[in-house]
Amino acid sequence: MNIFKKNAKDIIYLDNAATSWPKPDSMLKAMIRYQEDTGANPGRSGHKLSVEAGRVVYEARSNIAELLNVEDPLNIVFAQNATAALNLAIKGNLKAGDHVITTGMEHNSVMRPLREMEKGGVEISVLHCGKEGFLDVNSISSKIRSNTRMLVVNHASNVTGSLAPVNEIGELTANEGILLLVDAAQTAGSFPIDVRNAGIDLLAFTGHKSLLGPQGTGGLAIGENVDIDSFKPLLSGGTGSKSESEEHPEFLPDKYESGTPNTIGLAGLAAGIKFVLDTGVENIRKHEMELAVMLIKGLEDIPGVTVYGTRDPEKRTATVSINLKGAGQNEVGQVLDEDFGIMSRVGLHCAPQAHRTIGTFPDGTVRLSIGYFNSPEDIQKTIRAINAISKESQ
Amino acid sequence: MPFRKNRNNSMDRRNKGKCVVLFHSTSSAIKSEKVMKNAGLKVKLIPIPRHLSSDCGICLCFEPRLKQEIEDSLKSNKIDYESIENI
Repeated sequence: MNIFKKNAKDIIYLDNAATSWPKPDSMLKAMIRYQEDTGANPGRSGHKLSVEAGRVVYEARSNIAELLNVEDPLNIVFAQNATAALNLAIKGNLKAGDHVITTGMEHNSVMRPLREMEKGGVEISVLHCGKEGFLDVNSISSKIRSNTRMLVVNHASNVTGSLAPVNEIGELTANEGILLLVDAAQTAGSFPIDVRNAGIDLLAFTGHKSLLGPQGTGGLAIGENVDIDSFKPLLSGGTGSKSESEEHPEFLPDKYESGTPNTIGLAGLAAGIKFVLDTGVENIRKHEMELAVMLIKGLEDIPGVTVYGTRDPEKRTATVSINLKGAGQNEVGQVLDEDFGIMSRVGLHCAPQAHRTIGTFPDGTVRLSIGYFNSPEDIQKTIRAINAISKESQ
Repeated sequence: MPFRKNRNNSMDRRNKGKCVVLFHSTSSAIKSEKVMKNAGLKVKLIPIPRHLSSDCGICLCFEPRLKQEIEDSLKSNKIDYESIENI
């Protein structure tokens, strides 16, 4: 029995910050079409199916480059997910003796590779963020040292939705000659990003959240000013290019893409991004933020509910963290799921640093993260559900 | 085109008299195909002839009369390529 299909219409999915659901039909169809009609290894052989597979990968590259305003699609390097892209950017560029600056709102996909590098002699400064999760750009300058090589910043928190002022940071890092690495896992596809004009050197994205692609896709956008000669790949191997040589190629994107890619996933990603481009990031953001404002307003009126992060829709994404007085996070999550069909995510959201910053460590929060396919009815039902749970737990 | 069993249509003969652009990466070859087609230039991606390279990749094949336009287009679109060869 297909439980999923039976209940799909009754589900209110508010876990889009973990992965978006549902996906556009065009995304699923692109994956099926790729496997049925093409299915070959891209860039490896000269036959027409292989060439067509290469075109599919190029379309994904070209679509993400357009969305992020990266001039050359070949400056997009695909990876398994944002975590893999962040590891590549961090470990490929930092070496013992380098100093890196980051913030108190980072996900473990940044903090863990950085802590690992710290053991190998990389120095780390963590910038304090306020209770709402905001970074004060003026606090950066005093942390810069002669050996500061990189600044890593989460574009938007996966806990509070607070946005970092990437343009201002980009101006500062460009002036100081520091590499700027942006973690756009929570923003690519739902918030405008302009790699070229924001002074971003490296931007990690995931394919399965607001880009509406499948899981197992993501990548790194590499800015035009990045010196790739001093940016090491983490893997070497077959690339379909320079086959006569046993040395790994030095050019983009092959330098950072070894082995057969997730072509079927990239076929879906190309279609997901196409949906975003056709719909317009601004329209997606407008819809999501209208729902977020509705949710926050509704929740604030409920006695015993604490809403974290800013109320200003200009400064946040549609990810909303709350707590209920007298009710444990796990309990709330379970009741939302079992009694109301609402999918939330409770706990620390892989971001202990961010929870420390907002004062919710170690218990965490109940996170309700809105996506483009949510409706005002979803939000109204969620407000009513939280209201009911709150009454019971008072 | 149906496959013919007699070998008088070996690849080099099939493409004889044409030109190809060789690239460092397959991604560049595919990018160039898109750029050229958008510019209305008739091009085709084919496997690299063995006598030019032992690589397993592809190259962009075109009629010699388009050489200058292709070269200009590669440069204006900042596409990294290895060389242009006659075959």
